[in-house]
Amino acid sequence: MSYWQIFRKKKIEFPWWLVGTGIGAAFLMVGFFYGQLEEIYQKAIMICLECIGIG
Amino acid sequence: MRLIFQIIYTILTNGYMYGYFSGKIYKGTTKYTCVPGLNCYSCPGALASCPLGALQMALNKREIEIPFAVLGFFFIFGSILGRFVCGWLCPFGLVQDLLHKIPLFSKRKQLPYHSVLKYGKYIVLFGMVIVGSAFLFTGFVKIPAFCKYLCPSGTFMGAIPLLSGNEQLRMQIGGLFYWKLGILLFLLSISMKVYRPFCQYLCPLGAIYGWFNRFSLVQIYWEKDACTACMACQKACPIDLPPEKISVSTECIRCGQCVKACQAKCLRLRK
Repeated sequence: MSYWQIFRKKKIEFPWWLVGTGIGAAFLMVGFFYGQLEEIYQKAIMICLECIGIG
Repeated sequence: MRLIFQIIYTILTNGYMYGYFSGKIYKGTTKYTCVPGLNCYSCPGALASCPLGALQMALNKREIEIPFAVLGFFFIFGSILGRFVCGWLCPFGLVQDLLHKIPLFSKRKQLPYHSVLKYGKYIVLFGMVIVGSAFLFTGFVKIPAFCKYLCPSGTFMGAIPLLSGNEQLRMQIGGLFYWKLGILLFLLSISMKVYRPFCQYLCPLGAIYGWFNRFSLVQIYWEKDACTACMACQKACPIDLPPEKISVSTECIRCGQCVKACQAKCLRLRK
């Protein structure tokens, strides 16, 4: 079996993307409980002067 | 098909039409979430937040804390989509794609010294987005260095429509705006000749999602045994990747051109 076949087989066998998504969901929950989504919202509803080049 | 998808997605995520006419931005609850692509939240039509802007905002705090929520968005989008986000879901990528279609110059896939220049996006990510936002001050206030000095999406999608509709903001235009406008015009003009120069060499989001490319759900698989080595895929690839590198490359934006070009059907885009 070639290196590529082994590599691909391993990749199919173990869904790393699912682990990454799980970590992401956990981070998002922690961020929610720390009030970080509210902070994102508060920033996003005001015009960002730096973003438009006058701040 | 990809172009139509990009246009529909961009319209859907920037669909607050009233903002374009009034020079104001959307303030609805969808701004609690981030879109996957580089989409300035100061764009009058933007319905959600920019992940890079949100990351810098978190790093701009007096006491640095881990930006869990933004990392959460990156992990979810990255693990499922990888750089498919760049190819299909980024409004500034769409702008560069459209400009590259203008038949004005002979086209190039890459800039000279590509093998060195491609690391520019990692320098921008660490130098401007992370270190710059966490440690660069104007007076006593930290600044979002990438947004302030480089981001062409902010100028194109935020500044131009906002300033054209808001006279109060227009009166505050100074040297910084012209610096950013210069960067935007430079990148847009190069885009007519070189394929997506901002994405290939400068975009920190591409650097982040590139890391997920190896194991994301959306993948391009290559069957080595079925490959006839005709290299039609590499010719079709807008960034000139050979078939053995497509799956694992941090540069592949999953545009699917190689899959379309492959006569032997040894490449497939799969979820």
